[in-house]
Amino acid sequence: MTVEVHWYLALAAALFSIGAIGLLTRKNVLIMFMCVELMLNAVNLTFVSFARELNDIGGQAIVFFVMVVAAAEVVVGLGVIVAIFRRRSAGATADDLHILKG
Amino acid sequence: MELLSLFAATKVDSATFVLGAVVILGGALGVVISRNPVHAALMLVQTLFGVAILFVAQNAHFLAAVQVIVYAGAIVVLFLFVIMLLGVDKDEMLAAEPLKNQKVVAVLLGVVTTASLIAVGRTRWTTGAESVVGPLEGPSRNVEQLAEVLFTRYLFAFEATSVLLVIAVVAAVALSRRADGTDVDADYIAGVEAAEAAVFEAGASEESDESEESEESEESEESDAEVTS
Repeated sequence: MTVEVHWYLALAAALFSIGAIGLLTRKNVLIMFMCVELMLNAVNLTFVSFARELNDIGGQAIVFFVMVVAAAEVVVGLGVIVAIFRRRSAGATADDLHILKG
Repeated sequence: MELLSLFAATKVDSATFVLGAVVILGGALGVVISRNPVHAALMLVQTLFGVAILFVAQNAHFLAAVQVIVYAGAIVVLFLFVIMLLGVDKDEMLAAEPLKNQKVVAVLLGVVTTASLIAVGRTRWTTGAESVVGPLEGPSRNVEQLAEVLFTRYLFAFEATSVLLVIAVVAAVALSRRADGTDVDADYIAGVEAAEAAVFEAGASEESDESEESEESEESEESDAEVTS
C-alpha cells in the first residue's frame, strides 16, 4: 500500500509556503525567481498526487503543460533580469526597482 | 489515527516518501536561506530531484524524467549561466530590511497558509469524479497513457505550447538586443579594442625609440629635399 495522498498534499503545501516566504523576504531578483519555481513545483506535486488519488491521467497531462509554461517563463524572466542588471549595477536588488512605483 | 496512516504504507514506500520529503524541504529551505545565489541554485536542484523522486513514487515516470531533464538540466543551468555572466554571485546583505518586520510577517503568512491548507484538507482531501480524462491504472504504461491523452484530447493545447515556446525564444532574443540594434556587448568590445590599441601603440612607440635616430635623419633629408624643391 502506498503512502496516503494527504501526506503528499501537506508536503506540497509546506513547499508552496516556503517558496512564498522566500519570495516575500528575499531581495535578490534571481533568488525570488527560484522561489517562484519552488511554488510551481509544489503545485505540480499536488497535481500528480490528485491524479493518483482520483485515478485520472488528466492531472499528469496538466503537469506537462505547467512544465512547458515554466520553461517559457524562465526564459523570458531571465531575459528581463539581465535587462535589469544591465541598467543597474551588478548588485541590484528588487528594491532598486522602486522607480516602477511611478 | 490520520497521522498514523503513514505507517499503514509499506516500509519501502514510507521510506521513499520520508526521504523525498526531507530532500525537498531541505532544498527549499536552502534556497530561501542561502546568501550566495550559486548555492541557492544548487539547493534548487536538490528540491527538483526530490520532487522527481516523489513523482516516481506515484507512478508518474514520464514526468519524473522530464522533471530531471528540463528543470534540473536546462532551467537551473540557465540560472547558473545568468549568475555567472552577470557576476552577481556575491553574498547578499540579508540583514538589510527596508520594510519593518517584513520577515516576521512573511513567515507568519507562510505558516498560516500551510496550516489553513492542511486544515481545509482535514475533512476531505479529494473530491470529484474519478477517471474523467482517462484511467491511470490499466494495461498500458504511464508514457503510453500520457501520450495518448496529449495527442488526442489535449492536442490543441499541445500545439499551443509549441507556439508559446517559439514566442519565448523570440522574446528572449528581443530582450537581449538593444533598441538601436547594436551588439549587447558593444561597450565591452569597444573597451577591449581600445586597450589593445593602447598596447599596440605602446609597443610601436618603443620600437620607434630604437629607430628614432635613423628616422630623424631621413626626415631631415626629406625636409631638405622639400626646401630645395
